[in-house]
Amino acid sequence: METKTVDARGFSCPQPVVMTKKVLDKLSGGRVEVLVDTVTSRENVLRFGRNAGWKGDFEETENGFKVVLEK
Amino acid sequence: MNRVLMSKYGPALAGAIIGVVAALLVKLGNPGNMGVCVACFTRDIAGALGLHRAGIVQYLRPELAGFIIGSFGSALIYREYKPRGGSSPMIRFGLGFFAMIGGLVFLGCPWRAYLRLAGGDFNAIAGIAGLAVGVSIGIMFLYRGFSLGAARQNPKAAGYFMPLLAIGLLALLVIKPLFGPEGTGPIFFSDKGPGSMHAPLIISLAAGLLVGWLAQRSRFCTVGAIRDLIMLKDTHLFKGIISFIIAAFVTNMVLGQFKPGFEGQPIAHTMQIWNFLGMVLSGLAFTLAGGCPGRMFIMSGEGDSDAGVFIMGMLVGAAFAHNFSLASSGAGVGAYGIPATIIGLIFCFAVGSLFMNRVE
Repeated sequence: METKTVDARGFSCPQPVVMTKKVLDKLSGGRVEVLVDTVTSRENVLRFGRNAGWKGDFEETENGFKVVLEK
Repeated sequence: MNRVLMSKYGPALAGAIIGVVAALLVKLGNPGNMGVCVACFTRDIAGALGLHRAGIVQYLRPELAGFIIGSFGSALIYREYKPRGGSSPMIRFGLGFFAMIGGLVFLGCPWRAYLRLAGGDFNAIAGIAGLAVGVSIGIMFLYRGFSLGAARQNPKAAGYFMPLLAIGLLALLVIKPLFGPEGTGPIFFSDKGPGSMHAPLIISLAAGLLVGWLAQRSRFCTVGAIRDLIMLKDTHLFKGIISFIIAAFVTNMVLGQFKPGFEGQPIAHTMQIWNFLGMVLSGLAFTLAGGCPGRMFIMSGEGDSDAGVFIMGMLVGAAFAHNFSLASSGAGVGAYGIPATIIGLIFCFAVGSLFMNRVE
């Protein structure tokens, strides 16, 4: 399965969500990893992904978080 | 408490508490429908520092120092303190500047727009409508790829600037130094007008700390609320402002502070087109910068120096607003408020269309 990565590190809200939305809108399913660097962005991307019908989880990375969305 | 604030009920709970606190601050001495107004308070601080000399709006509002320190403390405790910066700071300064100009044409920031409504000031309706339009224009730019670019992580010490500045303002408020020419200044306090009306220092500071903490935990944002609702159909933050308005309204009713009408409202004018357009400008500038003025104070406490730069833009904008007769008064818009609003809108449209970041 192909994994798409969105690097939203350094962007403040709502841009991580907008960047994620642009990718999710083009996909019917799969795995998308979103890199963010603040807890707020992590929550916002997760909430957006779940509201859009994707399963969401996250893991900590060295300088932030990797949000993993799957459908 | 922290778990609730971080949950889906967080913004609603924070909004309700902040609404009650705001109405109580009016009861305890703050100006009418101005329990918390981030724009007005920044303007009062600019006046107290002598950056403008409008004698009726000068006071070092401790609520705002509380916002920064409360958020800083909360961010430290919950390991969200993360110094960052470098995302078009000069442009953010300009957005802060014009967000303030728009706010002072309307006479309030988004927080006060909601509080004015909750106090029965129906002139706020035009302002809130303008805010929604400004946010919508900002969303259009966001969808087209608008971005001020990524920020970078900064050294830990970079985030101490705003909390230390807040402590410095509190020190000036307590010490009240007088060594200017003619025995006045460099710190000025109004002896009449809105600047002379304030709750006791310790209560204002405590309220500011509480609001700073609540808003840091819950991400309460009065502009993000409208943005997320329109852009993403996400009501998470919107519930925050609904409960904020209801809580302030109920508290105002209980305290006898609800006075419905258009005429004679405290620190408000009835020129609806400028109530509307002032807030279009503000709403657009806040959306391009990523949040309402309260949120900017909170983020500056978390170490976001771009938010700090935005606040400095607001501070300077407030000084210009009064020195250049841009700010409105109860009588109506200032002599040059209308051209300033138009220049601000041109600036924001230019920023919105020229700062594109095509990340695919």
